[in-house]
Amino acid sequence: MKHDALIQTVIMTQSEWPLWEVFIRSKQGLDHKHVGSLHAADAQMAIQNARDVYTRRQEGISIWVVESKHVHASNPDDAEAFFDPANDKVYRHPTFYQVPDSIKHM
Amino acid sequence: METLEMTQEEQFQARIDADVRIEPKDWMPDAYRKTLIRQISQHAHSELVGMLPEGNWITRAPSLKRKSILLSKVQDEAGHGLYLYSAAETLGTTRDQMLADLHSGKAKYSSIFNYPTLSWADMGCVGWLVDGAAILNQVPLCRTSYGPYARAMVRVCKEESFHQRQGFEIMQTLCEGAPEQKAMAQEALNRWWWPTLMMFGPKDEDSPNTAQSMNWRIKRFTNDELRQKFVDMMVPQAEFLGLTVPDTQVKWNEARQAYDFGEVNWDEFWAVVKGNGMCNRDRLGARVKAHEEGAWVREAAMAHAAKRAARQVVAA
Ligand SMILES: [Fe+2]
Ligand SMILES: [Fe+2]
Ligand SMILES: [Fe+2]
Repeated sequence: MKHDALIQTVIMTQSEWPLWEVFIRSKQGLDHKHVGSLHAADAQMAIQNARDVYTRRQEGISIWVVESKHVHASNPDDAEAFFDPANDKVYRHPTFYQVPDSIKHM
Repeated sequence: METLEMTQEEQFQARIDADVRIEPKDWMPDAYRKTLIRQISQHAHSELVGMLPEGNWITRAPSLKRKSILLSKVQDEAGHGLYLYSAAETLGTTRDQMLADLHSGKAKYSSIFNYPTLSWADMGCVGWLVDGAAILNQVPLCRTSYGPYARAMVRVCKEESFHQRQGFEIMQTLCEGAPEQKAMAQEALNRWWWPTLMMFGPKDEDSPNTAQSMNWRIKRFTNDELRQKFVDMMVPQAEFLGLTVPDTQVKWNEARQAYDFGEVNWDEFWAVVKGNGMCNRDRLGARVKAHEEGAWVREAAMAHAAKRAARQVVAA
């Protein structure tokens, strides 16, 4: 009864439903954007609950859910050093360059 | 390199002072975390328990339109509770823990929901006054210092103004109706006015945590400031309806450019907070019953999900 044992362990080790992060595409052509989280027993239920919790007023046309434990994040304590490489590269921005007034369309 | 000499706590306060939002994984003082967990979970509990007094009237709404509106509003309040529980969970508490604290009576929720809803006009007063007071409390919270809380409040605030308007519309319809209907509206206002003023919490001098919360920018206005705003907003609206707020001391103060008003009955306020309001036992009893009766659904859903997952493992 390997099958049943597997089910039992899942139930026993989890008193509350897992947490899911919810992403919603508000209209065609836009990115899915993080809107919040919710608890659900599985992905299918998470999508249904996300519809009821986060799109009661037509806020979305598409939903993604990701179980929160699968999200990996950069460490805020290291943010300064981590994002440092971009700090001294002003030449990556168009405003770094001087364009003569007589030049149009640039 | 002054920042190197600042303690972690000073750096934290400097970020708050610069209006930088704090996010879940950022360092924060323990007391800040605890204060937020308490405040956000209390707020979530209020949304949840707040469904009960209005749920009481769904089956007795006077028309299909009113029933649909009320049902939608109550559903929104469930949603508000969920946004807020999620925000609190980012601080390291769990849903189970928060619900356990609510059900054991350890956690508080807004005392306003410990008053009974006796007539249909109460649905008008709850929307107009109670949601009106909630909006005043909540709008500044959209700029509160903790990111997930602020974002949840933006969502909540977008949905609240429908709540207030449908309540006002109920009141207006009653006030423009038969004399009995108008009397019903006045009677409901008489009962709800003072408890609504209590929603803003104790007087500033009796609210020892306000200073710290303002310093952390969790709170943006004091209880008394919000109460005054509420009275200034509501007295003219009651006049428009042709109703009288049940406070003989309400009077426009030209010098202050605000209404003077009477003193809240603070003995009643503390009695309700301590659990001795008209409906405290009913409300908590209803919550516990719903939770217990839902236990098999929660377990069944987990079993079903596990079964499906196992089937996938076997198939793979
Ligand atoms: Fe709400
Ligand atoms: Fe609320
Ligand atoms: Fe509301």
